[in-house]
Amino acid sequence: MDKYIEMIRIRFLMMLAYRTNYYTGILIYSINIGAYYFLWNAIYGDKQEIEGLSVLQMTTYVAVAWMARAFYFNNIDREMADEIKEGKVAVELIRPYSYLGMKTMQGLGEGLFRLLFFSVPGMVIVWLIFPIAFSAEPAVWLLFLVSITLSFFINTQINLLTGITTFFLFNNTGLIRAKRVVIDLFSGLLLPISFFPVWAQSIMGYLPFQGISYIPSMIFTNGFTRVEAIEALLFQAVWVLILFLPIHLLWTLAKKQLIIQGG
Amino acid sequence: MFYFSMFFQYVAQYMKTRLEYRADLLVEIFSDLLFQAVNLIFIIVVFGHTQFLGGWSREEIIFIYGFFLVPYALFSAFFNIWDFNERYIVKGELDRILTRPIHSLFQIILERMELESLFGVFTGVGVMFYAGSKLGLTVSWYDPFVFVLFVVGGVLVYGGIFILLACISFWADARTSIMPMMYNIGNYGRYPVDIYNPVIRFILTWILPFAFVGVYPSAYFLGREEWYSYAFLTPLIGVVFFILSIFTWNEGVKKYRGAGN
Repeated sequence: MDKYIEMIRIRFLMMLAYRTNYYTGILIYSINIGAYYFLWNAIYGDKQEIEGLSVLQMTTYVAVAWMARAFYFNNIDREMADEIKEGKVAVELIRPYSYLGMKTMQGLGEGLFRLLFFSVPGMVIVWLIFPIAFSAEPAVWLLFLVSITLSFFINTQINLLTGITTFFLFNNTGLIRAKRVVIDLFSGLLLPISFFPVWAQSIMGYLPFQGISYIPSMIFTNGFTRVEAIEALLFQAVWVLILFLPIHLLWTLAKKQLIIQGG
Repeated sequence: MFYFSMFFQYVAQYMKTRLEYRADLLVEIFSDLLFQAVNLIFIIVVFGHTQFLGGWSREEIIFIYGFFLVPYALFSAFFNIWDFNERYIVKGELDRILTRPIHSLFQIILERMELESLFGVFTGVGVMFYAGSKLGLTVSWYDPFVFVLFVVGGVLVYGGIFILLACISFWADARTSIMPMMYNIGNYGRYPVDIYNPVIRFILTWILPFAFVGVYPSAYFLGREEWYSYAFLTPLIGVVFFILSIFTWNEGVKKYRGAGN
């Protein structure tokens, strides 16, 4: 266990060394939030609420969805693809830790760094510019924290799966890009899932993606009742467990057919 | 003439290298299509809850997006200079460029072509025709010419802004991450400017004129007469920004001292 905590620490410190990049990052996210803020205001027009969300809740939803993305988002799929292509993965495999566990911990270190140095100050800046409602109930914050932790795991597991496909596809830059686009839409980052037509919602109920962005954001904006929130957390937790299965399967297959050239 | 033959030789080389990895090329075109589909889905889902967006209907917004795709595709195919600083200044690659007998900017454009992005032109025109037929728009004989003129204007606006940003690296060493930010700001131009507050509207019109790549020119085809004067400014703004950027580039190249050995 110690070694994994050390991995989180090292990645955290590595990110700290290159922190200047993050100031512009906050600006980029703020610009995105701004664009959606104006867009949603125009969409609402004089309407009081759409699908149970008021304009104020919608603005909060957009802001928290983007800022939470900074926490759960990572590039470990691309890192894995590079390490596999360069053959570095061979060395990683003989080391005394689980490769996938190590990648997850690196992602977590990165996420924690961004949570502290990106999401929190970013949220303050966004709150100064746009009208955003923070919940005063500690229970909401607690549920939200549990929820984004689970969304980190779902997103990371999907990234691990995408990364492992490099063993079979050799070049999967296109797949990685396609995955990102699909997640932006189906996770609820761009649109709350409840805005989709009913048939689309029922399909998405069978997919893990809404556990990445929609659930934590709805919890944060008080868009869920307490019972709904608990159910949503269960939905996330179940998906975290289910996703272990394909990862384990693909990983075992990948190790069997791995060929390292040179090194 | 020499520039033309250089251009086609580079294109020929490019095709050869890309067609070597066909599967990869297909996946890339597919992921572009997916990205455009996601943007369209966004518009469609949103209009499931409202009739108008700042007074514009669903088909009009889709039309604007379709128009935007055309200059944007041309821009992404030829002006791939978002990593100019890292690729050319930091690594000293610009030294090599400057020894070549054609204009340095043209040389970089040739080297960094990504022709598969051109596929977006078809998507864009298809989307425009779809939305146009729903709106009952008719095409006059001069419309295709106006379209070409506006598209060129839009490409020049985009190209001009990004060249100007790339020029920053001639004067400042600092690694800039302004480029990705600009891609995001560019998205503002895809929606009617009347939904933004006056400051942003002013910026999108005169300072970072991304509105000229989406709303303004589309307004002409949509018959929105109140925006006609802006629509016809498109080529002019494009030319002004592009000339300004070339001028700045040339000044920058004069200042360039190399990055070491």
